[in-house]
Amino acid sequence: MATTRILEWVGRFYVVLLLGFLYLPIIIMAAMSFNASPFYQLPFEWTTDWYASLWQNDQLIAATWNSIEIAIITTLISTVLGSMASLALYRYEFRGKKVLQALLFPPIAIPWLITGTAMLIFFFGVGIGRGLVAILLGHVALALPYVIVVVSARLQTFAPELEEAARSLGANQWQVTMRVTLPWIMPGVIAGGLFAFAVSFDQFVVSYFLSTPGQTTLPVEIYAAIRKGFTPEINAVSTIIIVVSMALMLLTARFFKFGGEK
Amino acid sequence: MAGVQVANVSRSFGAHKALDNVSIDFADGGFYALLGPSGSGKTTLLRQIAGFDFPDSGRIAIGGESVERVPVEKRRIGMVFQNYALFPNMSVADNVAFGLSVRGEAKATIATEVQRALDLVQLGKLGGRKPHQLSGGQRQRVALARAIVTKPRVLLLDEPLGALDKALRVDMQIELKRIQREIGITTIFVTHDQEEALTMSDRIGILRDGRLVQEGPPEEIYDRPQSEFAATFLGDANIFRGDATGSGIKLPDGTTIAASTGASVPAGAKASCAVRPERIRISTGATKPDPAGANMLTGQVSKRIFAGNNSTYFVDRDGQTLKVIVQNTGAERLAEGQPVVLSWSPGSTVLIAAA
Repeated sequence: MATTRILEWVGRFYVVLLLGFLYLPIIIMAAMSFNASPFYQLPFEWTTDWYASLWQNDQLIAATWNSIEIAIITTLISTVLGSMASLALYRYEFRGKKVLQALLFPPIAIPWLITGTAMLIFFFGVGIGRGLVAILLGHVALALPYVIVVVSARLQTFAPELEEAARSLGANQWQVTMRVTLPWIMPGVIAGGLFAFAVSFDQFVVSYFLSTPGQTTLPVEIYAAIRKGFTPEINAVSTIIIVVSMALMLLTARFFKFGGEK
Repeated sequence: MAGVQVANVSRSFGAHKALDNVSIDFADGGFYALLGPSGSGKTTLLRQIAGFDFPDSGRIAIGGESVERVPVEKRRIGMVFQNYALFPNMSVADNVAFGLSVRGEAKATIATEVQRALDLVQLGKLGGRKPHQLSGGQRQRVALARAIVTKPRVLLLDEPLGALDKALRVDMQIELKRIQREIGITTIFVTHDQEEALTMSDRIGILRDGRLVQEGPPEEIYDRPQSEFAATFLGDANIFRGDATGSGIKLPDGTTIAASTGASVPAGAKASCAVRPERIRISTGATKPDPAGANMLTGQVSKRIFAGNNSTYFVDRDGQTLKVIVQNTGAERLAEGQPVVLSWSPGSTVLIAAA
C-alpha cells in the first residue's frame, strides 16, 4: 500500500514538473506583460501600459492582422484543397496514385529553411517576388500535406458501404459526399484546418524569406522588433495570442474528440 | 414492383471468373434466395443486379427494362447490407428519410412516409434515436425501413441476418417474410445459411464457382437435387457412387441400389445416388421385413448423437459412413457397435448423373 502511495506522489510530481516545463516560460512572459518595469525588475508592479502602447504600435498591429488574414485564408484554401485531394485518393484508382501518395509526405520532412530558400528563388523566377501573396502561397504549400495526412487518416475509418447505401437510395455523387462522407470526416477536416492554421500562424522561417519590410507577418515583426531592442509590448501581444489560440484549441477539442466517435 | 431477369451474365476480376454465364428469372413479387459457399459468386451477382458493378457480358432487366449499364442510384432498388450501413451521423428517422430527401420530396410527405415505414418494422417510437443507441435487431429493422420507404422495384438483401444471434435471427426471418408479403416486393436474398434459404424463400438458386448449379422451389431442390453438390449443400445427404443400371446404380462391390427419382442416366455410365438421412429406416433386422423392392444394406453403428427430438446414427458400411436420422418416437435406441439393417424406398433415392 505504501509503495502505491509513494508511486502516486511520484506520478503527480512528474506531471507537475512536465506542465511546469511546458508552461513556466509562458506564464512568466504573461506576468511580465503586466509588470511596469521594462527590464523584468521585481518587485512586480501591476500595469496595463504595455497593452496601451501596443495599441499605438501600428507596425505590430498591421503585422498581426496580416498574420491572422494569411492564417485564415491558408486554412480555408488548404482545408478545401486537401480534403478534396484526400477524397480523390480514397475513392479513385488511377495511374501514378501510389507515387503521388508517396510524394505527399517528404515536404513535411524538408527543413523549412530549405523550402523557404527554394520558394524565394522560384517566386522571383516566375515574377511573383516577395510579399503577402508569396507568403500566402508558401503557407498553403506547407499546410497542404498536413491536411491530407489528417483527413486521409480519418477516411481510413470510413465504411465504404455507407457510400454504397447512400447511392442505392438514389443519392448522386455530390449528395453522397455532402451528406454522408463529409459529416464522417468532419473531425479530420477540422483537425487538418487547425494544423493548417498553426503551420501558417507560427510560420517564421518561410515568412521571413518571403516578406518585405512593409508586408510582413507577426512572427517576423516580433523578430525584427527584438533585434532593434526588446520592449514588453512583445510580451503583451504574445499574451493576447496565447490566450486566443488556447481558447480556440480548447473549444475545438470540446466539440470534436479527434479520431474517435462523436 | 417488378421482376428481374438475369440473362447470360458473366463477370471476371482479372483471371478469376466470379460469374460464368448465369441466367435466372426472378418473378414479380417472389422471395428468392441465392445460396452458395463463400466465393461462389452470389454476392457478385447481387451487386450486378444492384448496379454497384457492371457485367462483362449478358443482360440484366428490371421490370422488362435493360439496366446492365445503369448506375445504382438510377435503378430504383432497395438494399440492406450485411452490417446495415446506417448513417452514424443521422437519427433513425433521418436515416429512413434519406432516400426520399435526396429525391427532393416535400417535408410533410417525407415525415408521413418515414413514420409509416418505421411503424411497418415496429420501430414507430424510436425515430429520434441514433443508430449506436439501437440493438442489432433494431438496426436491422431500420436498414429495412430505409430500403423500402422509397418504394423500390426490387429489394436486395446481402446476408442481412448474418450478424444476429440465433434466436433473433429466427424472429427476423419471420418478420422479414411478413413485411415482404405485406408490400409484395420482389426480394432477392443472399445467404450461405441453407436453413434460412429453405425456410424463407419461394425459390432458391444455388451457386458454385460462379455458376448456377440448380434453381427452383426449396422442396424441389431438396427432394430432387441434380448434383452431389446441391444434395450435400442444401441439407444432408448420403452419396453412393457406381455405374448406372437403368433403374439405379451398381456399387463397386456388386450391391445394387434402385432409384426412381432424379435424372435418367444411360446404363453403364458413371452415376451417383443421394439419400436423405431422415428417409432411411434403421433396424436390428429382427423386425418385420420391408416392402418388396426396398433398398437394403447392412452395417454397424459407429456413433449415436442424441439431439432430443431425434437421434443421428453414424453407420459404417464397407468403408463408408452413412448418416441416419431417427425421430424420437420412444422406440428402442440402438447401441454403438450394434449390427444393423438400413432400408429405404427407391422413391427416396435420387439418381444423379456424374459431373
